[in-house]
Amino acid sequence: MSTIPATGRTEADRRSSARKRPSLWRQSLRRLMKNKLAVSGLVFLAFMFLICFLGPLFSPYADNKINTTIMNHAPYAKHWLGTDLLGRDVLTRLLQAGRISLTVGITSMLLSVFIGSLLGAIAGYYRGVVDQVILRFADLLLTVPNLPILFIFGALLSEWKVPTEYRMYMVMLMLSFVGWPGLARLIRGQMLSLREREFMQAATVLGLRDRRKLVHHLLPNLFPLIIVVATLNIGGAILSESVLSFFGLGVMPPTPTWGNMIDAANTIIDFEKHPWLWIPPGVSIFLTVIAINIFGDGLRDVLDPKQKK
Amino acid sequence: MSTYLTRRLTYMLLILFAASLLIFLLYALTPGDFVTSNIKLTAARKAELRELYGLNKPVLERYGIWIKNAFHGDFGFSLAQQKPVLTLFHDYIWNSFLLAATSTFFTWVFAVIIGVISAYKQYSWFDTLVMVFIFAAMSIPSFFIGLFLIKIFAVDLKWLPPGGMLTTGSNAVGMAYVREVLRHMTLPVAVMTLLGIGSLTRYFRSNMIDVIKQDFIRTARAKGMTERTVLYRHALRNALLPAITLVGFELPGLFGGSLIIEKIFNWPGIGQLYMQSFSVRDYPLLMGFTMLIAVLTVIGTLLSDILYHVADPRVKL
Repeated sequence: MSTIPATGRTEADRRSSARKRPSLWRQSLRRLMKNKLAVSGLVFLAFMFLICFLGPLFSPYADNKINTTIMNHAPYAKHWLGTDLLGRDVLTRLLQAGRISLTVGITSMLLSVFIGSLLGAIAGYYRGVVDQVILRFADLLLTVPNLPILFIFGALLSEWKVPTEYRMYMVMLMLSFVGWPGLARLIRGQMLSLREREFMQAATVLGLRDRRKLVHHLLPNLFPLIIVVATLNIGGAILSESVLSFFGLGVMPPTPTWGNMIDAANTIIDFEKHPWLWIPPGVSIFLTVIAINIFGDGLRDVLDPKQKK
Repeated sequence: MSTYLTRRLTYMLLILFAASLLIFLLYALTPGDFVTSNIKLTAARKAELRELYGLNKPVLERYGIWIKNAFHGDFGFSLAQQKPVLTLFHDYIWNSFLLAATSTFFTWVFAVIIGVISAYKQYSWFDTLVMVFIFAAMSIPSFFIGLFLIKIFAVDLKWLPPGGMLTTGSNAVGMAYVREVLRHMTLPVAVMTLLGIGSLTRYFRSNMIDVIKQDFIRTARAKGMTERTVLYRHALRNALLPAITLVGFELPGLFGGSLIIEKIFNWPGIGQLYMQSFSVRDYPLLMGFTMLIAVLTVIGTLLSDILYHVADPRVKL
């Protein structure tokens, strides 16, 4: 603060200009908009959302009617990405699958970020026994490899005969269950360093209550980190969902997701002769995740430059 | 240091103990067991076998037996293969290690070279290209890129075999054997290298960028050293050293195999063994494998923390 160069302005001038200075968020937004790569990632994501959620409304094949006269047809003018073994339009199914995959990715991210930030913040703020319990539990879950746990949950879902339309919600729960411990540790670390800072000492000296300190002073300082991690996490969740569904342990047909569409590649004939069944969903996952990573990285540059590594 | 180690090791043991209980309970929850999944057996024979394998005992008692034996270094018999779990691990783990070690080697070599060059030429077109490549590599779904490359190089072009470690029915020996294995491991190694290279390249790039900006580099240049000396003797060393903390994290990957890649490429490694055992509910093997990964993860983390201290003695253990 002392480094502000002395200008010829009066004290009053400086104060009024300080009041006019845009908020930190607005500044960040402006800087983000200057990052062409990040903006193009965001634009692509918006595009993906629009065509996945609105596209099927305009498709003449949205009812997924079985049409045995055009089974496994290669792409042509009427079906841009061909048809599958039931004669359904692959492009329409791809977009419908995108809805599910994106929803699962975002919801499980929201869940794991919520649990992770809450527990991490509580652990870092209260320390002591609470911290120990949360930290040990997180350590335990971090020690056990994720994929086997997810496989077990997937097998359980099949055993309990969870209806296919609910499996998608169970998959969200599963992914957030393995996702929160890492986040909790990160948030806890940040919390520990924040609570020692001068502004928090000031808050204590002022006699503010815990609740007020947490909600009004600490949380706003954690937001940049949480937003960045959350964004990048969506990509990871989409990838995990696709792996699970590919192995038949995640979301099951007839509910299409990008992962279970690639399952077609498990049949040797579809794999070798009908690549239009499984290559488009794979490319969709790839492009969506790359856009998320690029945008998330741009966000990090703006919001949380210290975390660059 | 020694009190730190004792405390750390005790904690590790406790965590592993808790993890083993958790994993055991989870596997016990999974539907069916090795005997019930075999449809060829009669009901009487099934009951007999479950008695024999101890599958009819309560879960906690089974866990008690398992952990007691584990402390004696006995991880039980695989039900499906009728061999001790440790013998099976010994048979399969080196195949996994072959893939993992080769791809880790390539990953590190490429990551260092690409990362350092793009840091040195920051904001050049090469650097931009590298950044795009890094994001791409970090966003690939592993199973999809595996399938995609098999489709192109094995099915369409027929340059490389689609999977396995040897051609079916092959009894090649000597150099012919080596050549055959090399041909079979090309695609999986390429995929694993691709999957790992993104984040590591980015790590070296940002490390190198940080180092180049430091005063001692400017001093070295000011003393009139050649750019080559500045780069290799002063900058590179300091950029590479922190990376030894990452070595520990490679441990589970090196010996634990890769479930997805080995499954896709039908590679006879420990990950593939796990996937087969999962579908027949071969508990001793599943349990042994999951604990192996857990142990490797814990040791790897400890190793990283210690190496962190070695790389930067200011960091207290």
